[in-house]
Amino acid sequence: MSFPWARQYEPKNGLTKFLDEKLPLPRLVYNAVGAGYPVPRNLSYFWNFGVLAGFFLVVQIVTGVVLAMHYAANAQVAFATTEHIMRDVNWGWLMRYAHANGASFFFIVVYLHIFRGLFYSSYKAPREMIWLLGVVIFLLMMATAFMGYVLPWGQMSFWGAKVITGLFGAIPIVGEPIQVWLLGGFAPDNAALNRFFSLHFLLPFVIAGVVILHIWALHIPGSSNPTGVEVKSESDTVPFHPYYTAKDGFGLGIALLAYFALVFFLPNALGHPDNYIEANPLSTPAHIVPEWYFWPFYAILRAFTVDFFFVPAKLMGVLAMFASILLWFFLPWLDKSPVRSGHYRPLFRKFFWFGLIPAMIVLFICGGAPAEEPYVILSQIATAYYFIHFLVILPIVSSVEKPEPLPYSITEAVLGSDKTMVKGENTAPAV
Amino acid sequence: MLKLLSVRLVAMAVGLVFAVAALWALVVGVIALATEEPVPHAPYEKPNDYDWSFSGPFGKWDQQQLQRGLKVYDEVCAACHSLKFVAFRDLEQLGYSEAQVKAYAAAKQVPGIDPNTGEATMRPGLPTDYFPSPYPNNVAAAAANNNAIPPDLSLMTKARGDGVNYVASLLTGYQEPSAELLAEYPEAAPGPGLYHNSYFPNLNLAMAPPLTTDGQVTYDDGTEATIEQMSTDVAAFLAWTAEPSMIKRKQTGWPVMIFLLFATILAYMSKKQIWAAVKPKK
Repeated sequence: MSFPWARQYEPKNGLTKFLDEKLPLPRLVYNAVGAGYPVPRNLSYFWNFGVLAGFFLVVQIVTGVVLAMHYAANAQVAFATTEHIMRDVNWGWLMRYAHANGASFFFIVVYLHIFRGLFYSSYKAPREMIWLLGVVIFLLMMATAFMGYVLPWGQMSFWGAKVITGLFGAIPIVGEPIQVWLLGGFAPDNAALNRFFSLHFLLPFVIAGVVILHIWALHIPGSSNPTGVEVKSESDTVPFHPYYTAKDGFGLGIALLAYFALVFFLPNALGHPDNYIEANPLSTPAHIVPEWYFWPFYAILRAFTVDFFFVPAKLMGVLAMFASILLWFFLPWLDKSPVRSGHYRPLFRKFFWFGLIPAMIVLFICGGAPAEEPYVILSQIATAYYFIHFLVILPIVSSVEKPEPLPYSITEAVLGSDKTMVKGENTAPAV
Repeated sequence: MLKLLSVRLVAMAVGLVFAVAALWALVVGVIALATEEPVPHAPYEKPNDYDWSFSGPFGKWDQQQLQRGLKVYDEVCAACHSLKFVAFRDLEQLGYSEAQVKAYAAAKQVPGIDPNTGEATMRPGLPTDYFPSPYPNNVAAAAANNNAIPPDLSLMTKARGDGVNYVASLLTGYQEPSAELLAEYPEAAPGPGLYHNSYFPNLNLAMAPPLTTDGQVTYDDGTEATIEQMSTDVAAFLAWTAEPSMIKRKQTGWPVMIFLLFATILAYMSKKQIWAAVKPKK
């Protein structure tokens, strides 16, 4: 589906005419990211991160495939082959640093993308399916990143694998058999390393598949925009190409500058030194911490330090950690405010900036810190707020809040007036 | 509508359960904090900041320093520590000629196989060989070192926070624990076979002070071999063994950054131009 004023693809020469008849790939591209896709004209730079996330997925797949040519998933040699890549493979150090920091950048842009979705309520009708698929992509990313971090077989690889698979051990009765089944043994070893490598190679292609669904679902209602007012007429939109290809090109330049600054000048800044020590099952690191992008969820896991009635503390932590992400699936039905954009929601905005964002920062810091005071107490307060925010405050705010008046249309928001505006029509949003 | 309401009621209940559980843990934690004495840990020192030729985005190896560091490793560290990811051929990067590397390798004995009998034996090294381990295996290493296996040094400066500074500081950080420290933290006194070092996280290290006297190593370039000098030289050498490609990495980075900066400016200008028609006039 598209807006009636979308430009139509016209094959111009013999080759494109031939293709358009036999396999209309050029038409697909034209309608997906070309001039045939009308996009709201008022998107801010927060709308750049979807394209960037797709870009970093490609970076990860390309560098990952090259690394897999030189890596051996065997507990005896995995650490040594990683060093072989760093020392003996031509440009191997660049491939590995690009891959390790590429994972970090993939998460940075995806977190900004999710942040955009939360502030502008991009999850609301008619875009629920885009949001649901996005949460699926995020879960797949977490699994992929976790398994990738195990592959160099350093100390954090090994102990991270032990801790994370140990989470399944918290499930009553069946937990331990599940953990043994997942690892292929009682502790991470060759069996676990091999299957993690296999899955780490497979999952990015699954992600790519869900990304296609995510974009497909996006093209049905079209992109949201900072006002949250749906597109009404042609003057509300511009064609994706050249307007947003140009804007995304600039955004990509900025992202690449930051990315390569890290790759070339501070490639280990986001990693943990312990992962340059070969895995040793007999020596536990002083502080086992996951990669930075898991810190908020790791803080939630560790916040539950005492048993809650009959639920053991560890199980409570595991349930909370999974629930903290799974609850995103329900956001479209929890937040029933007809107004999408946080710019027009005074109460929502207050809780967002002064509640959720500080809580996430606290969780991030606590997740990377050792399990000592004051971090434990802070993470417990922030965890409590996190759940209250999404599951209690958001539904109530959406009922009691009086939204600020919306512009009639995107055109009016940008230009100050809209010729197509119908006199007397109120500015209530189309839901 | 009823369905939607029930989704939200269930969500609120779930949210309250998790929040109450987290706050319950908080209350228990605060009570414990208020009633229990915290266990004090003797503080250790952060590594000193040294001025390395290779640090910073424009850094370069000081080949003379790396050669001196190799000599310190060779004559002191190599007695107990392996360097298993470094091959003799890599030493050409330190400014040695092919012939020098060949001679250096040949002076080392590496494990081999007797071509006549097939028995394990030792043979002179070749440039393609890696630095041999001082011990045949970990059991032998542990047995010879009071059960503490000397770690491989290839990646040491990457395997510790602020690694190069840490290694240099540690090597100069051996001293008797002060009386005040022992008065406050009696458990900080070094046990049998342990040595006090103020940069080591638990203050007691199984490694005996390796660099004890000035002039322990005689440098070929005439540099005076103070303990400080030997420590920084070997730390610099280990920074090289941990990442021989470090300088190439930084040097590759600059053209990439300059190209990207140029491309980004161009992208910005084309974006400006393309959008000029639809942007509202101010």
